[in-house]
Amino acid sequence: MDVLLENWRPILQAFGVTVEMMLAAGLIAMLVGSLLAAMRVSPIPLARAFGTGYVWTVRNTPLLVIMVLFAFGLPEIEVRPELNLNSWLGLETSHRLLNFNVFFIFATAALGLYTAAFVCEALRSGINSVHLGQAEAARAVGMTFTQTLRHIVLPQAFRAVIAPLASVLIAMTKNTSVAVGVGVTEATFMMRKLTNDNATALIAIFLGFALGYMVLVAIISAIANFLERKVKVA
Amino acid sequence: MRFTRTKAVLAVTGLALSLAACGGDDGGPDIEVEAADNLTGVAKELSDRGSIKIGVKYDQPGIGNLEPGSDDPVGFDIEMGKIIAGNLGIAEDDIEWVETISDNREKYLQDGTVDLVIASYSITDERRQVVGQAGPYYVTGQQLLIRKDSEGEINGPDDLANVKVCSVEGSTSLQRVEDEYGASPVPFGTYSECVDQLENKTVDAVTTDGAILLGYAAQNPDELVVVGDAFSEENYGIGYKKDAEGMCEFINETLEESFDDGTWEDAFQATLGGDDVETPEVPELDPCA
Repeated sequence: MDVLLENWRPILQAFGVTVEMMLAAGLIAMLVGSLLAAMRVSPIPLARAFGTGYVWTVRNTPLLVIMVLFAFGLPEIEVRPELNLNSWLGLETSHRLLNFNVFFIFATAALGLYTAAFVCEALRSGINSVHLGQAEAARAVGMTFTQTLRHIVLPQAFRAVIAPLASVLIAMTKNTSVAVGVGVTEATFMMRKLTNDNATALIAIFLGFALGYMVLVAIISAIANFLERKVKVA
Repeated sequence: MRFTRTKAVLAVTGLALSLAACGGDDGGPDIEVEAADNLTGVAKELSDRGSIKIGVKYDQPGIGNLEPGSDDPVGFDIEMGKIIAGNLGIAEDDIEWVETISDNREKYLQDGTVDLVIASYSITDERRQVVGQAGPYYVTGQQLLIRKDSEGEINGPDDLANVKVCSVEGSTSLQRVEDEYGASPVPFGTYSECVDQLENKTVDAVTTDGAILLGYAAQNPDELVVVGDAFSEENYGIGYKKDAEGMCEFINETLEESFDDGTWEDAFQATLGGDDVETPEVPELDPCA
């Protein structure tokens, strides 16, 4: 117990990295996933084929393989993105949470693009749950494909996908821990660091970190519950 | 059941003895398999059981490493395990190797999953509160591996502030460069992954015990070099269940014998040693409490 209390600052910082990764990867996953879902239901054969191909490839590849591919493949072609917000914001003291190094960016991009395939499928199942007659009616009153999707289908589909989307994002949150193997100093990294140093408090450390992840997941669940109640049809 | 097992052990022991006489085909030391005659307590129990479970690392070249596709791990820790087992009268074939990672070494000893841990297990006071640690059988220190093109910029740990330094996740080495020298830590799963990242210029240094780094520098002498003096002292010990009677004395005696008769040196030469690596002085053993 003492170990956790004494190290609360570095632990909090490590969970900060996890949260950053979760938010950034979540954003990528939602954007790319929505785009893919639109492609998969679009009338353009090429777009449909691309969407199907993406989901098929990415969903059938283990996450660690994708992360390793990014972390070892991209430097070979001289791609090493860094984003240091400290210098960008002109801060005097450098804060580690504002310095996104190459490994954070690789792992986050990999996690986001991986999760996008699952987001796409969750959204597509939602879209499929909207009766075809709805889309036909929209087209009959002269709406374009984009308008039909935006005003008629997606608002109804959204209601059906909240629960599966929350599951996807929860899985993604826990998947951030895979990144410790490709150079990211997130929460699991801190846990390994503490367990190596404190042989007498292993169980307390494990439970403490498990609790940390549970809190993050609980926040996602709470947001999902809130949204579900909000868009419920009476 | 018990009798057949004992017989089988005797048969295997005899076979191993005759094989051992032929000399080490695998390049390792010749290890005599014969139980010491003054065994007591847990050491005696193990010897009577005729088999032993030893926890080792599977991912540290030269120390304890399981090559993809092979059945048994190889390395200095493994040879030490064979020497200890041999002195209990347990042949190589009756040793069950169990992979331990840094997190589960104490747990495995406490719940009896393994009888011994020989897994680059540094002796610390903290660990000695929960398990027994005999030895040290090897003393090493942390060093830095860098690319030749950054020679002159990185000369030692004091040049590491905000430098990306790679090591294995959860290792003491990575912790030290972060906490004491302000390096930016980069955890990876294995040392070879770290060396890859060093070669492709994504990190600027790899750190761990010098012996391991020398091995990687030897594989790629045109590009990689080990710089600076060791800036830590790690005493590798042999872990056993706390308060296991007779174990510490037995292990220390066995180690002392192996220092004297040259098997320790042979084990080092066959694993961590190489053309550029001198065999170190034998370490001084901690007395048993």
